[in-house]
Amino acid sequence: MNFERIREKLNILADAAKYDVSCSSSGSNRKNTTKGLGDSSGIGICHSYTEDGRCISLLKILLTNHCIFDCAYCVSRKSNDIKRAGFKIQEVVDLTINFYRRNYIEGLFLSSGIFSSPDYTMERLIAVAKKLRLEENFNGYIHLKSIPGCSDELMREAGLYADRLSINIEIPTVSGLKLLAPEKDHKDFIKPMEKVKNEIIQYQADKKLIKNTPVYAPAGQSTQMIVGATGESDKDIMYSAVHYYSTYKMKRVYYSGYVPVLQDERLPALGTEVPMLRENRLYQTDWLLRFYGFDVRELLNNQHPNLDVDIDPKLSWALRNMHLFPVDVNKADKRMLARIPGLGMLSVNKILNARKYRKLNWENLKAIGIAMNRAKYFIVCDSKDWERKDLEPAHMKSMILQSSQSKYQKMYNKQLRLFN
Amino acid sequence: MKTQKLKYDGTFEGLLTAIFTVYEERLSSAHIIEERFFEPDFFSELIMVFTDENKASRVWEGLKDFQQFRTSVYRSFLSELPDKEVHILDAIQYVLKTKSDKDYGHPSVLKLAQITKQIGREKHRMEAFVRFKRTKDDIYAAIIEPDFNILPLIVKHFKNRYADQQFVIYDKSRSYGIFYDLNTVQFVELDFDDTVLKEALHDEEMHYDEMWQDYFISTGIKSRINKKLHLRHVPKRYWKYLNEKNPL
Ligand code: SF4
Repeated sequence: MNFERIREKLNILADAAKYDVSCSSSGSNRKNTTKGLGDSSGIGICHSYTEDGRCISLLKILLTNHCIFDCAYCVSRKSNDIKRAGFKIQEVVDLTINFYRRNYIEGLFLSSGIFSSPDYTMERLIAVAKKLRLEENFNGYIHLKSIPGCSDELMREAGLYADRLSINIEIPTVSGLKLLAPEKDHKDFIKPMEKVKNEIIQYQADKKLIKNTPVYAPAGQSTQMIVGATGESDKDIMYSAVHYYSTYKMKRVYYSGYVPVLQDERLPALGTEVPMLRENRLYQTDWLLRFYGFDVRELLNNQHPNLDVDIDPKLSWALRNMHLFPVDVNKADKRMLARIPGLGMLSVNKILNARKYRKLNWENLKAIGIAMNRAKYFIVCDSKDWERKDLEPAHMKSMILQSSQSKYQKMYNKQLRLFN
Repeated sequence: MKTQKLKYDGTFEGLLTAIFTVYEERLSSAHIIEERFFEPDFFSELIMVFTDENKASRVWEGLKDFQQFRTSVYRSFLSELPDKEVHILDAIQYVLKTKSDKDYGHPSVLKLAQITKQIGREKHRMEAFVRFKRTKDDIYAAIIEPDFNILPLIVKHFKNRYADQQFVIYDKSRSYGIFYDLNTVQFVELDFDDTVLKEALHDEEMHYDEMWQDYFISTGIKSRINKKLHLRHVPKRYWKYLNEKNPL
């Protein structure tokens, strides 16, 4: 093996792949039953973290960064003057196996620029996965990127070897896509999603009848949207996300703050700050929708098309709905407990468990480890005093903000100053 | 009234035997201490505990309705915290008396749950942070220095995952390791350290080591750098054996 050359390619092709934020390696159920290499039946592990604090769990690379398209938001676009490289199929297989054996990674996340045609590109990605599974007896995690516009036949084959398939919608609005990637058709993104969804449904139906139906993409599919490239609102983003979750049964939607990589008048200028706080608020919202029983219309609507910058979406919702508070922690149902600002699901479960034994007062809540700095304004318990008394929402907000040092405070001070 | 100090050999079975003794002799203010921390004093009565598999398993059986709590007891034992026995005894007495093992309002039950969580975090970290190096003999070897004695807890994970490769994970602070020979995992004592390992490395090791460091750097996004977050996820005390942080 020519390590020098491989190393050079790795540098180019890992660098080009890093803007895809998905790092999940969970949700599969591929067990190592054949005494082969690897097991993806547990929850995914982050083997390291980048210096920007993101999980490193997969070897995330492009097969090549040669591309026939010219999408404005992408470093690999045809008109960009950068170094190009391409891996051979066997080289990706060897790298994956060798990284995996050293416990560096959970598996491979392989994407690619589109060379010659979508089908040709997709065939090569599948070839890597197939080799790993059939020749190397590899049971680690494989995430393949679906290439927009590729055939249903190939999407079917891809799912036989991959744990997860994804296709990045990137631009949340159709008009934005027209502007930034005029050669691409919205339908080309939707078709592979549709196919994967149908195959998964088919697989689940077949499995009930025939035991050894070949597994199809056990970790499901995901997508990513770039945030802050086209002036879209938070409502635009989250309503599309909800659409993808429900229509295509997405496991995850990722939100990626746009990192300016190119000078283009259609895009934010180079040096523009990455909207990390906004990205964070979108993830919080996503979380509230998936695990806390919120409906997107409660959090974002025509009156509130954008999330608050200075407070998290649950607190912001609560301050708009003060008539529902305070909540009695000894009586409220799980759904309402989950809506108390500052309480995570873990705390909710702790409360549900602890109140079986005794009526809870402030001391009890503290003892079982409930963080109270926010929640105290919104709850009553088995103690007489109650923190909120009759505070107005605006006053409460400022008290909460004073007592909580947000890790992003520096950033939103800056952002707010921009608007002044 | 005098306290009774029960001295045991530091094994898990020994601890369970001591607990058996507390029940058998109806000791009311028992204090279980590991041999190596034991200091005699005038105010308490000394009871020597002789590890007895049979007695130990009776205590273990007695807890069989509380699976999660049992895990908690075992993990707290592995924590090596100095007063772990006090909490384990207290919690077991409470659980057996009240038949409920999830009342975190009780200080020792809570304490055990907290230790278990800590040790669980360490186990998870080790599953993530072990870095194997391939040797000339085709054994994948790693050195670790975890805060707690977690080797017994990670055996299953690594055996499942690396079923087709021989590996050694060596806990340097406790001077023992686990070795998988493609069939079973054994606990082994080894004469092993960084220098020994360095000399035994396979020729290709350096290349993969370098490529992993390269990968670590190229996958980060400079305009998003957040050192504080990075350090919270990868505390400095683990860096020594992470090759992306500490190259060959
Ligand atoms: S097709 Fe994909 S790789 Fe090519 S320019 Fe567009 S986004 Fe980039």
